Order: sequence, then structure tokens, then C-alpha cells
Amino acid sequence: MADDRRRFLTRSAAVAAAALLSGCSGLSEKKWVSDALSEVENLTRRAQRLFAGRQALAPEFTKADIAPVFRANGTLDPASDDYRAHAAKDFRDWRVEVGGLVERPLSLSMEALRAMPSRTQITRHDCVEGWSCIGEWKGTPLRLVLAEARPRNDARYVAFFCADNMAEEGVPAQYYYESLDLVEATHPQTLLAYELNGQALPIEHGAPVRLRAERQLGYKMAKYIQRIEIVADLGSFGGGRGGYWEDQGYSWYAGI
Amino acid sequence: MHAELKSIIRRVLGVVPAGHSFLIDRHSATVRVSHWINAVCLLFLLMSGLQIFNAHPALYWGKSSDFDHPILSLTARNGPQGLVGVTQIGSRQFDTTGILGASDEDGVRMARGFPAWATLPGPQWLAMGRLWHFAFAWLFAINGVLFWIYAFARGHAGRDLMPTGGDIRHLGREILDHLRLKFPKGEAARRYNALQKLAYVAVIFGLGPLVVLTGLTMSPTMDSAFPALLWIFAGRQSARTIHFICAFSFLGFFVVHIVMVMLSGTWNNLRSMITGRYAIEDHDG
Ligand code: HEM
Repeated sequence: MADDRRRFLTRSAAVAAAALLSGCSGLSEKKWVSDALSEVENLTRRAQRLFAGRQALAPEFTKADIAPVFRANGTLDPASDDYRAHAAKDFRDWRVEVGGLVERPLSLSMEALRAMPSRTQITRHDCVEGWSCIGEWKGTPLRLVLAEARPRNDARYVAFFCADNMAEEGVPAQYYYESLDLVEATHPQTLLAYELNGQALPIEHGAPVRLRAERQLGYKMAKYIQRIEIVADLGSFGGGRGGYWEDQGYSWYAGI
Repeated sequence: MHAELKSIIRRVLGVVPAGHSFLIDRHSATVRVSHWINAVCLLFLLMSGLQIFNAHPALYWGKSSDFDHPILSLTARNGPQGLVGVTQIGSRQFDTTGILGASDEDGVRMARGFPAWATLPGPQWLAMGRLWHFAFAWLFAINGVLFWIYAFARGHAGRDLMPTGGDIRHLGREILDHLRLKFPKGEAARRYNALQKLAYVAVIFGLGPLVVLTGLTMSPTMDSAFPALLWIFAGRQSARTIHFICAFSFLGFFVVHIVMVMLSGTWNNLRSMITGRYAIEDHDG
């Protein structure tokens, strides 16, 4: 009788464990599961905003903390003919178009960006993979650019469209893109950065201009920015989730 | 057979001695519910955490990653017979092919930190691992805070969990008893013993908050709200390493916990955590 009970207990434990584990891997494939789990993202965003507010600054570090080699990730070179041509001319003709729900669309040359007031900050870059690197960034605070373009009242998000094609050869192009809400976009440390560690931004880090959003993970910080669009919702462009990696299932809110 | 051994086997198999025991109310409903929520959370958090770890299977100390000097890394290199899994701790390397660094996923050898059977989801899938992890992190933290409130409001913490002076004084004998697998009977079995209390207090008031705080320290937004977190844990990468150590401390606690549950009466303990009823053996039982 004890034997029976033992067999029953061990067997049901084994069955339960197997069902749970295989069930979970299967569950990950189900859309309703990932949708339900994604809802948590809104809770996380609200809670974090409650603590960090609009203004809390990401920690800044000293020169001594700067990594000797700043690790590059994602696209290391867009390598298109057009991009190559720009690189060959030191990006003199590169332009950042600012449009969408604004009163005054802009077309900014790199020279014009550099002529605006700048901010320099030594910050920690946190990759979604888990590693961190510290570097010194210089660029134009995005809020100054936005102020010049004068977003309309219905503006809610700022989207960034980039020159790097993420699709493999032979399939339709899929350019990298990202988006921030106005809180993160107008944060004092959010920059259109054109220098890393006192040098013009290297190609592997997004030359000639990339985003820095220091309270977010690395994939939010679009490189090779060509166009900035102020929009009312995220559903109307790209895959509809607000960013290239978001379309692959990563959270749009990347504060953790 | 030796009588003592017989009684241990009896306890593990879960045979409740008839006639020599009586039932008491052991665990309140709140404790039982929060215990099982916690158990499920820990399983999901550990396995999804290992999935997250696999995205960059290396740990560092300090503010940022010194890629050439990880504290721990699980990597793969090519060998004559295919991928070789290499576990590096400090500057020492170990061949851990098949388990750490390189292991089989659907019959194919892959470069991956922890093996597919230990991660959630099984295949490399960071985005999904993070969704699981943060969903259960919320549940784990809320459940933990509610348990804390309950434990203090209802006196559970002071009455049942905190070791007493007597507990501490008799710690030596308690350890010896545990090693001899002698567990309290009669009146003494109504309460947690000293080692049990110490283990539970360490987990509930030490490890639990530590894993939550180091988890939050890895969030760049939380770092902007509470820069002191970085100071406390010596930087984000240190926090990640401490978080990892916490995760395996939970695993260690779990293993010991299960062994103790079995040795002191599998069925009796299990029932007490489900229905609340716990059988106490008489001294001569
Ligand atoms: C509220 C509770 C928790 C929070 C907020 C949290 C948060 C996090 C975060 C943000 C990461 C990603 C680190 C990275 O970027 O690499 C992570 C990783 C991880 N978590 Fe958690 N976590 C929590 C609880 C737990 C628990 C209870 C366990 C284990 C039982 C666990 C095990 C892991 C493991 C193994 C990793 C892999 C990377 C590492 O070692 O840090 N976590 N967690």
C-alpha cells in the first residue's frame, strides 16, 4: 500500500512537472500568452514613471569609467551605395528630416545640428542582452529640435527612421526604426548624438547621428537616423509595434 | 532493520503512523496560498532568468562589462568533434560540453550557456524569456510584500519565524540532530526548529528582498530614480552577478528544503501545506 502510494505520488509529480515544462514552452508560442504577458509592460511603465518622473537623470560617470573599446551591436555598417556615398563625403550632405504632426517641418544638415546647443554626458549603455558599456556622448538635446519643429497638440510619439536595412538580401527591405513617447523624447539627456568619446560618431555606432535615451535599453537608441516623425499613434508605420525589435516581440517600453 | 532507519524510510514514503499521532492546524490559509504562488514564481523566474542569462552568458563585477575579464562565462569553441562547452570561472577553464556552454537542442549541438531543458522557453528566445521573467517578477514581489504584511500584522514573523534565544543557544545540538536525521516529536514538533527558522528568515527577509533589489538595479530607469541602488550593489554589472548568485541560492534552498520535507515526512508536510493539517507523532510513536 505504501508502495502504491509512493508510485502514485512520484508518477503524478513527474507527469505534473513534464506537463508544466512542455506546456510552458508550448505556451510561449501562443499569441494570447505573449499578448497577456505584454500587458505587464504597461504596469511596469506606469510604475517606473511614478518613481522616475519626467526629469530624473540617468547616472553620469567620470572619464576614468569610460570603456577602452565601446562595444558595438546590431548593424555595424549599413553598407548601401547611398550610405557609402555619404560616408565617403564625411556625411556633409546627410540630412535629418523632421516632420509629421509639427507646425514647422525641418531639414537639418549635420552642420545645423552641430550649431545648436549641445550636451555632453558620460553614461552607461545597457544592452538588452545584459552587458553594459560606459562612453561619453555629445549631441543636440532632442527637445531643442522638437521645440523648433513645434509639435501639434495631438503629437504623442516621436519616431526615428534609419538608414540600416535589417532584412537579408533578396527579401524586401526592412529599415530599422524606433520610437519614444514625449516624456522620454523631451528628457534632458535624450540626444541626437554625433560624437562618441570626443570623436565623430564611428560608423559601427551609427554615424553620423544616433539617438541616446539614457533611461532605456540599447535597442531604443536608433542609429543612422535620417527622418524623425512626430505621430499620434504607433500602429500606422513599420510593423505597428513602434520599432524593429518590438515587431520581433521585444517590449516597446525598455526601461528595464 | 535498524529502528531509526525504518522510521526515516517510513517518513519519506509518507506513511503516517496510525494510533500514535494527532492532527494539528499547522499553516494558515494565507501562508499556504502564498507558499504555492511563491513556488510557481520561483520555477518560472529561475528558468526564464537562465534564458535571459544565455543572451550574454557572462558575468562581471563593477559598473560596466570588462569583456576580457568576466567572473564567470559559459562559451563554446570549435573542437575536432564539434562544439566544446567551456565554463570559465575567474581564469580557470573547465570543459562542460553537453551541459554548460554547448549542449543539444532538438538533437543539434548548439552554443548556449545553460541547456534547453533549464530555460524558459527552451530555444534561444530572449524576448519571450523577458516577458515571462517580468510578469512573474511582479507576482513574486507582490506576493512577497503581502506575505510580509501578513507576517508582521498577524504575529507570524515574531511568533513562528524569528529564532528565540533558546533556539540560538541550542543550535549546536540542533545541527547534530539534523545530521543524525532526528526530527522533533511531540510538543516540540508543533513549532519550527531553530535551523528551519534561520533558513526561512534568511530567505524571506534576506534573499527575497536582495533578488528584487538587484533585479531593479539592472533597470536603467530605476537607476535614474534611485541612484543609491548602484552604490549599494557596486554597479549594474555587480548587481547582475549578485542577482545570479541569489537565483542559485534559491535553488540551493529549494533542494535542501525538499530533502528536509521528505526526510521529515513527505506526505505529512505536503498535506500540511495544502490542507493545513499536520500530524504530530507521540514521543513513543
Ligand atoms: C522582482 C523580482 C525580480 C526582478 C525585478 C528581476 C529582474 C531581472 C532583470 C532585469 C534581469 C535581466 C538582467 C540582464 O539584463 O541580463 C534578470 C535576470 C535574471 N533573473 Fe531576475 N528578477 C527578479 C527575480 C528573480 C528571481 C526570484 C530569480 C531566481 C529564482 C531570478 C533569476 C534571474 C536570473 C538567473 C537572471 C539571469 C541574469 C542574471 O544572472 O542576472 N530573478 N532579472
